[in-house]
Amino acid sequence: MNTHIPALTVSDVSKVFDVSAPWLNRLIERRPKLFVKAVSEVSFTIEKGTCFSIVGESGCGKSTVARLVTGLYTTTSGDISFGTGRTGRPIRVQMIFQDPHSSLNPRWRVGDIIAEPIREMKLRDDVKQTDARVRELLETVGLGADDALRYPHEFSGGQRQRISIARALASEPELLVCDEPTSALDVSVQAQILNLMRHLQDELGLTYLFISHNLSVVRHMSDYIAVMYLGRIVEQAPVEHLFTAPRHPYSKLLLATIPDIENPRRRIDAQAGEPPSPLNPPSGCAFHPRCPIAMDKCRKAIPELLATEGQARVACHAVTDP
Amino acid sequence: MTDQADRKVLSRTEAFFDSDLWWSFKAHKSAVGAAIVLALVIVAAFCAPVLSPQDPYDLAALELWNAELPPIWMEGGQMPYLLGTDVQGRDILSGILYGTRISIVIGVASVVVSLFVGIGLGLMAGYYGGWIDNVLMRVGDVLLSIPIVLVAILVSSVAQQFLPPAWREAGVAAVLVLAIAMYSWVQYARVVRAQTMVERRKEYVQASRLVGTPARRLMLKHILPNTLTPIFVAATLNFGLAILIEATLSFLGVGMPPNQPSLGTLIRVGNQYLFSGSWWIVLFPSIQLCILVVAVNMLGDWLRDALNPKLR
Repeated sequence: MNTHIPALTVSDVSKVFDVSAPWLNRLIERRPKLFVKAVSEVSFTIEKGTCFSIVGESGCGKSTVARLVTGLYTTTSGDISFGTGRTGRPIRVQMIFQDPHSSLNPRWRVGDIIAEPIREMKLRDDVKQTDARVRELLETVGLGADDALRYPHEFSGGQRQRISIARALASEPELLVCDEPTSALDVSVQAQILNLMRHLQDELGLTYLFISHNLSVVRHMSDYIAVMYLGRIVEQAPVEHLFTAPRHPYSKLLLATIPDIENPRRRIDAQAGEPPSPLNPPSGCAFHPRCPIAMDKCRKAIPELLATEGQARVACHAVTDP
Repeated sequence: MTDQADRKVLSRTEAFFDSDLWWSFKAHKSAVGAAIVLALVIVAAFCAPVLSPQDPYDLAALELWNAELPPIWMEGGQMPYLLGTDVQGRDILSGILYGTRISIVIGVASVVVSLFVGIGLGLMAGYYGGWIDNVLMRVGDVLLSIPIVLVAILVSSVAQQFLPPAWREAGVAAVLVLAIAMYSWVQYARVVRAQTMVERRKEYVQASRLVGTPARRLMLKHILPNTLTPIFVAATLNFGLAILIEATLSFLGVGMPPNQPSLGTLIRVGNQYLFSGSWWIVLFPSIQLCILVVAVNMLGDWLRDALNPKLR
């Protein structure tokens, strides 16, 4: 594969949402405007043909990163740039969504859903070619060509996710952003969809940005992994490196929560506490209220993401500056 | 997956007769009854030129010595005046048939006009949000805070002032439609806006945005079809309401004039002769108005329940 050629470069990207009450309410109740910093200074690079995963608790900003990359949200600051694709133009990006029940328009036939990108982007010249392409796509994702005439409610969750993948492939993207593509599915179906995605990656040379909170899924899929906490990347490493030698205390906590088949009744030392509200983030390192090894410094200064051994990078005072 | 492969792909008509809606319709006697009554009333109204014994618009056909004849089953009743005649010798049945036609046309027209306005503004308010939403919804609130009859009287009297005299007669129906629509678009706009705000956040809309679908097509092809169910119910119930408002306005004298009477005008005119003993002039148009509105409302009630997923 073309390794070390970037497909996507995200540099210092931040996203701030305005969550203020309506103007009149603010005026009467004398409340200031409210902002949430969902993503703070996130940087990463995805090499062509690889799978880059972002993991973290819900609300940590991983889905926001996915939507920033696809352009559904605009960045508040920072820069997102795409590498050059096969045909010389910038790489095209598409997205696979989490909920297969809301990601397909219930009033459209499956064939129209998959043909929409082809029609909107004028990728085929006439109706016949479009139909042929839709059929081909349906077969690529393991459905029948006749399914084009059915409506989404006639399919199971796994089949719908296949339709979703077919739609994403219809615009001939080279980078697929997958926002928790399997978390709404049964475990047995999850494996089928993940295997299909890996198969497509090999066959079409796709690059994945994979968002998940399920660490076993991430381990199965990815080459590189980033752990996010409250809008920041706290650790970033090749996948086996992170699973065998996590450095950041939050990564350690996440790994400790994976159920263990060898020892199902082992005690899990999950630290108490919820992730703090992004409306009012803690000072210094956002993780310090839950961190077992927090020091004075952690309450004051935000740790930088610094390189440690190998390709790993960690943002923790206790690791980089003990 | 194999199980699905055997299932037949249904065409649109087959799908309709296989749908939950059709089964629910057949199971509800009141809905079927209301639909039949409504169909009869509508067919009779639109076949009025063929069915009615007399053309009530043709003043030359009226005979004054046939004035205030009672219905046929009473003493003094005459063929062909089944339900009797009014003070000018106009056949009541013919008047009702023609009047129903006018009432239905005005009802349908005002529903269609307010649907267009309400859906368009509701989609924009829900999709764009922000100040567009604020302005549109506050305008709607203000309109709804004024009693509808006052709004309609205001609109029709203002319009009567500004229309050139030659147009006044012909323009009455159009002004009535506008007056009713001005009030009832708000309800559609609110329903569409609320549903649009839900649908716009759904992932299928985002997926379509990703391939560069323009906002207008997003609203019309993706969001609108998914907001139509509650709109369908509201439109049916509002059709009944529009007929009633038109009748109220005509009764108050700001609606259809006596030379092209709607049901409301017939009731107003007949009302003046109630105490002189000619009760049939006012009673029969009133019964027709009741039948029409009750049938529409029964259909609307059934539709509301049938399309409500929580009551299935």
